[in-house]
Amino acid sequence: MEYVIEMLNITKKFGDFTANDNITLQLEKGEIHALLGENGAGKSTLMNVLFGLYQPDGGEILVRGKKVAITDPNVANDIGIGMVHQHFMLVENLTVTENIILGNEPKKMGMINIKDAAKKVAEISKLYGLDVDPYAKIEDISVGMQQRVEILKTLYRGAEILIFDEPTASLTPQEIGELIDIMKKLIGEGKSIVLITHKLQEIMDVSDRVTVIRKGVGIGTVITAETNPEELATLMVGRQVTFKTEKGPSTPTEEVLHIENLVVEDNRGIQKVKGLNLTVRRGEIVGIAGIDGNGQSELIEAITGLRKVKSGKISLNNIDVTGKKPRKITETGLGHIPQDRHKHGLVLDFSVGYNAALQSYYQEPFSKNGIMNYNVVSKKANEIITDFDVRTQGENELARALSGGNQQKLIIGREVVRNPDLLIAALPTRGLDVGAIEFIHKRLIEQRDNGKAVLLISFELDEVVNVSDKIAVIYDGEIVDTVLPAETTEQELGLLMAGHKKIDMVVVDNEVKVKEGDDNHVE
Amino acid sequence: MSNRLINVLVTVISIILGLLVGAIVMVFSGYNPAEGYLALWNGIFGDSYAIGETIRQISPYILAGLAVAFAFRTGLFNIGVEGQLMVGWFAAAYVGMAFELPKYIHIPFALIAAALAGAIWGLIPGILKAKLRVHEVIVTIMMNYVALHVVNALIKTISGGSYKTDHIKETASLRSEFLSNLTDHSTLHYGILIALGMVIVMWFILEKTKTGFELKSVGFNDNASQYAGMNVSKNIILSMVISGAFAGLGGAMEALGTFGNMSARGGFTGIGFDGIAVALLGANTPLGVIFGASLFGSLKYGANNMPNEANIPVEIVSIVIALIIFFVASGYIIRVGLKRLDKKKGAK
Repeated sequence: MEYVIEMLNITKKFGDFTANDNITLQLEKGEIHALLGENGAGKSTLMNVLFGLYQPDGGEILVRGKKVAITDPNVANDIGIGMVHQHFMLVENLTVTENIILGNEPKKMGMINIKDAAKKVAEISKLYGLDVDPYAKIEDISVGMQQRVEILKTLYRGAEILIFDEPTASLTPQEIGELIDIMKKLIGEGKSIVLITHKLQEIMDVSDRVTVIRKGVGIGTVITAETNPEELATLMVGRQVTFKTEKGPSTPTEEVLHIENLVVEDNRGIQKVKGLNLTVRRGEIVGIAGIDGNGQSELIEAITGLRKVKSGKISLNNIDVTGKKPRKITETGLGHIPQDRHKHGLVLDFSVGYNAALQSYYQEPFSKNGIMNYNVVSKKANEIITDFDVRTQGENELARALSGGNQQKLIIGREVVRNPDLLIAALPTRGLDVGAIEFIHKRLIEQRDNGKAVLLISFELDEVVNVSDKIAVIYDGEIVDTVLPAETTEQELGLLMAGHKKIDMVVVDNEVKVKEGDDNHVE
Repeated sequence: MSNRLINVLVTVISIILGLLVGAIVMVFSGYNPAEGYLALWNGIFGDSYAIGETIRQISPYILAGLAVAFAFRTGLFNIGVEGQLMVGWFAAAYVGMAFELPKYIHIPFALIAAALAGAIWGLIPGILKAKLRVHEVIVTIMMNYVALHVVNALIKTISGGSYKTDHIKETASLRSEFLSNLTDHSTLHYGILIALGMVIVMWFILEKTKTGFELKSVGFNDNASQYAGMNVSKNIILSMVISGAFAGLGGAMEALGTFGNMSARGGFTGIGFDGIAVALLGANTPLGVIFGASLFGSLKYGANNMPNEANIPVEIVSIVIALIIFFVASGYIIRVGLKRLDKKKGAK
């Protein structure tokens, strides 16, 4: 078999830390080759070596059988390697064509020749079914479209080998489907693809072969058709992974969170939460299912005291906390894993240790009479690092340097050790790999088993169904219904999330449908 | 190479490069750089008088540098140090001349007045930033002009139409016969001790106190700080107030030590603006500020000797100082060069 790229026994070290240890990856012509590994396993490092951003400390790279030294991205470009980054590298207020030619502008008598470039862009776009308007401005097109511009950029520069770094992370399900079609078309035209991901289903759907790396070590390469998600997960994490979260029955007791007729407005003064009622008891996990933008964010911000409450009442532990300051509410017994961990959960330029103390730095023994005790801070941080398996080079490392999963573990550790009566977890597993997801779900269930209340907000239906004891479906700022995970189906939840009422549904052939001619859709 | 070593090397190389290019400028203008730099050296370290004057010059630079560095470390860019320093200068001069008090009350009183005046001058942009999101750079620049003209008007008013305030009372003076005798009758005063004390204060606030933890946190990420229950507005205001207080004390150095009064001015003192360069040279750390201020103060004072001893016009001297700052500010290039060199060595 002909290999277009061979990365043989690649080793890359950062100081004492070995990010890639003897990894081999061989890419056949015309295949989609998945690179699978947990967050922080060293996938990006390996690809950055291939793209010329890092120089390997050991091993060699062969392109079509010939040894090459990829000293910088320009060399990679010349060889025909193109990278579609997870975070797009586009200039928002330039057009598609302008972005594509940026740094490599075709000139005609000293002027940039946009017309010819746009024509070429349109041709390539048509060839691969990308359907991109060369004259559209980046800021006006969807995220999925922007990604296609990134793909176009590599193709325009003559890439034969495309590296996709977590391409589906920010796409909607429909866009993911379209991306898969595009990838298959690329293969059809003789391109080869490396797909970096930790999503197992995607790998099963599109890839031909999978190379697995775990903690920087190459585990091996398997043929996708001869494996299954369970085996891949085991290879990736190094132990059996349960997809179905194990948990005993819940034993709810007294109320911890009680919300009555809550009304909250967003920044523009539009009502986002409209008379919402919700109760969470000790010993239960209540999951809020719903499509993004139905008032979830405003609800959390109101409970945590970050947003003004228009009317209604929120009690925590039978204490009225409506309109109280965030710190007051925290002290009443709230823990909060925020939706956006970079913006709200962590101070990225603080060390891991400082971040671990972010909620309790002002209390004894962390500080006394206004003086910090950094010995205590570091001791407690190390406890969290150990107990919550935060993989870091130490408490002095910047939080920015941690992988997403480890950042999230740090936040969860920080919130859970304070032992809050109510833990709000907003999209706690977004962007994380199966190992980290499993860990986080276990911790949430552990909180419940310790007699605490947990409120889980998630856009992933699987997560809500698996972890919650009770599911409250939110639609247009109201809880439309509360169902038990064992007694519902995905179709039913889907319909509830789209605003249908349960009384309007009928079961036909084991499938839940809306009664005909009865369109009670709330607009 | 360790990061610390690289940081030190970058600075040293920057200074050498600045001196080299400065020498080239002197050659092209028809002056002898060797003579010029000898004159500079003598101007700084030549005799005990020069040393005394150099140290005296360094004190306000340390405080101005601290003011800029403190704000910067907490996420704010205080360009208003100049104005805060001037109001501090005036407040100290006024308290120094207007009250009759025993020394051990009079000096602290004058110092506190200066710090307070600077703090109030920092408070205004702080409040505007915290409450209305007005960018502090714009407000602090404008506050500099306000300070300049308000102070000039006040000097005129309290001196009965004169262009300068009366001399401060002996009880408010930081001058010391001991230090002066030690340095051949220079104007060296106790201000340097106050400046060094404030270096420790800044380090203590940032690295040891709860307030410092909050200030830094808000400076890095106000959203996460708000989520963690910190009062973001309060911390922004506090940062500007502390920064302004440092600057105000810088003014007190001039009022209670060097000059003993304040004269109406046609323009800015420049110390506050130089504070930005001092903080930059010192990488915004307390210890670094001492270094930056020493370099700046030495060059500024020592350069006065270049026209006398080597006949080099003062404008050339300004160019040399500017070049050194330029190279330190563009330290990135040197850093990249050093890394390359290091890599090559490693490869061999």
